[in-house]
This record gives sequence, C-alpha cells and structure tokens, in this order.
Amino acid sequence: MQSLLELEDVTYVYHSINGETYALSNISFQVEDGEFIAIVGPSGCGKSTLLSLISGLLTPESGTILLHGRDIKDSKTDIGYMLQKDHLFEWRTIYSNLKLGLEIQKKDTPENRKHIDELLKSYGLSKFKNAKPSQLSGGMRQRAALIRTLALNPGLLLLDEPFSALDYQTRLSVCDDIASIIKKEHKTAILVTHDLSEAISVADRVIVLTKRPGRIRKIVPIQIDMEERTPMKSRNAPEFKDYFNLIWKELNNDD
Amino acid sequence: MTSPSLSQQEYLKGLKRHRQFVTNARILLFVAFILIWELSARFGLIDSFIFSSPARIASTFISMVKDGSIFLHVGMTLAETLLSFLLVVIFGILISVLLWLCPKLSQILEPYLVILNSLPKSALAPLLIVWLGANMNTIIVAGMSVAIFGTVLNLYTGFQEVDPDKIKLIYTLRGTKKDVLFKVVLPSTIPIIISIMKVNIGLCLVGVVIGEFIGARCGLGYLIIYGTQVFKLDWVLMSIVILCIIAMGLYAMINLIEKLYQKRLQ
Repeated sequence: MQSLLELEDVTYVYHSINGETYALSNISFQVEDGEFIAIVGPSGCGKSTLLSLISGLLTPESGTILLHGRDIKDSKTDIGYMLQKDHLFEWRTIYSNLKLGLEIQKKDTPENRKHIDELLKSYGLSKFKNAKPSQLSGGMRQRAALIRTLALNPGLLLLDEPFSALDYQTRLSVCDDIASIIKKEHKTAILVTHDLSEAISVADRVIVLTKRPGRIRKIVPIQIDMEERTPMKSRNAPEFKDYFNLIWKELNNDD
Repeated sequence: MTSPSLSQQEYLKGLKRHRQFVTNARILLFVAFILIWELSARFGLIDSFIFSSPARIASTFISMVKDGSIFLHVGMTLAETLLSFLLVVIFGILISVLLWLCPKLSQILEPYLVILNSLPKSALAPLLIVWLGANMNTIIVAGMSVAIFGTVLNLYTGFQEVDPDKIKLIYTLRGTKKDVLFKVVLPSTIPIIISIMKVNIGLCLVGVVIGEFIGARCGLGYLIIYGTQVFKLDWVLMSIVILCIIAMGLYAMINLIEKLYQKRLQ
C-alpha cells in the first residue's frame, strides 16, 4: 500500500556568504494515513526546516518528497501548517481570521463557511466569533489557529512547536486539546517539538534526529495500551518512563 | 461593583491634580506671553513697529476679515498644504510598495533616496519656479518635495519590519506575494502610516510656505515676504500666528484619524 507521505534521501543545505551549512542529510521515512508522528532532536538540528521542506516552502537540495505518490509541488494545498505562535491578526475578528485561508485560496463558499461554524461550535469558540484575538486566552488562540488551518480541510497537518509559546500548565491542556481535535477530525499529523514528554504523549511514532546536519538516529514506535489514549493519560502510563529513557539516551548518544 | 480602596482613590486624585496643574501651567504661560508682549509694546519697552503687538495683530486680522483678503491667503495655503499632503500619502505608499515588491530596485535606489532626503529642499524651490513657473503647481510640488523622500524611506522600513512569521503564515496558507501585501504588510503598517502622516503634514506646510516665499501672489508665505518688503510687520506676525494655528489644526486632524482607527480596532 502506498504511504500518505514519503521522504526519500532528502538533503537540505543553507547557503550564505560565509559558506554552506548542511541542515539535513539523507532523511528518509514514510508516514501512513491517520498516523501521528513526532520529530524530536537537539536545537538547531533542522526540525523546522524539515517541516518547511514537506510543506513545499523550501525545496530540497536533493531527494524527493511525495504526498499521495505525487511530488509535493503538485499537492501543496492538501497540507496544513501550524506555526509556533498563533499569528491571529489583531485587525481582524476571530471569524475573519479563520477565513483567511479560504480568502487566499478563493474558497470562501457557503459550505466552507459552514465548516468553520461547525468547527467553532465543536471546539467551544462560537461565543468568540466576533471577538478580537486579544480577548482570547493563549489556549483559545492556539485552538483558533488550528481551526484556521483545518478550515482548508488539509489531509496532512504540520505542527511546528505549536505549544512552545504557552506557559507549562496551558501547554499541557492545549496539547491534550489539539491532539484530540486532530484525532477526531481523522487527520494525519507531524509534530516538531523539543519536548520529549510531549512527543511521547501524543505520537504513534517518534523520529529522533541527530545534531546538525540532522540525520535520523532512530524511529521509535510508541505502544501505549489503553482505551481512548489521550496525551494526558499517556503521561501516566507505566511505559511512558521507559520510552522517555530510551529516547533520552538516543538524543544524548554522541557517536 | 465595589468602590476602589482609599489608597487607590488617593492615587487617582493625585493623578488628576497633576494633569490639572500641567493644563493650568500651559494656559498661564500663554496668557503671560501675550500680556508681556502687549504691555512691553504699550510702554515702549519694544518697538511695536518691528515687534508688533497682540492688539495690532488682532486689529490687522479683523480688518483683513472685513475686506475678505485673509480668507484668500489662508485658504490658499491650506488648500496647497492639504493637496500636497494627499499627494505625498498616495505617492509615498505607491513608491514604497513598488520598492517592497522589487528589492533589487530598492537596493539600487537606497543611496539616492537618502541623499535626496537630507538635501535641504529650500534649495530646490527656486529651481522649481524656473522649471514649472510661478503657479500653484510649483508650490504643491515644493510642499511634496519636503515630505516625500522621508515618507518613502520610513514607510519602506516599516514594511520590512513586518514579522516574517506572519508572512510565512500567508505562504503556508498558499498565498502569493500579493496576498502578503494586502493581507499582512499593508494592514499591519497602518499605525506606522498614520504616525508618518503626523510628521509629514507639518513638513508639507513648511514646503508650501517656502514655495510661497518665492513664487506666489497670495498665501501666508507671500504675505510674510511682502509684509517684510513693505515693512508691514503686523502682517508678518499675524501670518506666523495663523501658521501656528494651522499647524496645530492639521496635527489635531491626523490625531483624530488615529483615534478613530484605534477605536475601530477595539
């Protein structure tokens, strides 16, 4: 069976006046439909660059990236991207912020608007439809940012440390929140994070990258047996600690 | 709602007292200035033929209101200022957008813009008269010349300081450079545009008065130059007072626009 996303030998090089820097080297992995992948690695290992490559914002130096078996250049619009900060525009209302993607892609149709309304309702933001972003809490803003991404109905979601700008407590609950929304909407997701516990708590597989130039050190499948697994519950599972130690060791293994 | 605590009330009272004091001091300063000016003219401490006096300015003003000539002069200066300001805003935004769209062009033009911006524009005015003739167009161009280069430089800098992640957001939503311009760059720089306007409306007035000095048949700048030539210094000082009031009014107008914009944002 064909994987949803396939990366084959992807290498990326940053060019600057002082020379070239290998950011990523020979990255290959597949993502299956409905999977939740987390990518962890030391800072500066090219995690975010990898997401920019998958989303087609950057073009790899060499290697191929296929979505549904086709080059990502042809299927970009099936990818949603969530950034570190919510970047809700203060000069727009929440609703008009959520419509931004639809406006840009000229898909501002009644049924797509209805989709936004449904998402707003399911995720408890209906009341704030006409509010300004500053009236929302950090967690609600991040939820709104997710709805902005989901409004375009992407098959694959890329999450670039979307919780790192929040304080620890909010972070835990928003992570739980967002992960359950993604599961409920049956989305495939790739999360980049530097927080090991976060990665283990949400992911089906954790990809561990090395220091720059980032290579894949190990791919760890996470098997936590419980009914209705949520990130919060996963943190309390007995296996959690073992995975943590395993990945911790891989990250700090320098050879 | 519970009433604020005693210390909070005390604090608010102090704040109010402070504001009242500043306002009173401002008014007092103004009244004292007028009074000292008038009295020293009356008692011969200064020569009222050269320094005029508030009373002489007022009577000059009233007589010019009666024969209607003041409206022509003030109206002319005001119209020229507003027109050149409007053109500065339009061209300033258009040129900055062009530079933003084409970074190569902005790199090429940057040193020239910096030089033109620091060039004393009064040096250009005589040349403009020769090139464009002694008419209203020249004076409007003179007004624009003072403000346009600074506007372009500041606005372009403002465009470049837009959060790169907000621009990335547009690209992740598969937008084009046009979307970046209209959905992020322009809306997020409106506060900067307004604050640049605040500075520039005054600069346009400066440019217009310079233009009127050398190539006009009416307007406050003309009145000032003509007044010095025929030694009617009452005209000169009255014109300066009116220019102060115009400058204040124009600034207040932009302030109002800013307030309205901020109110709309809330």
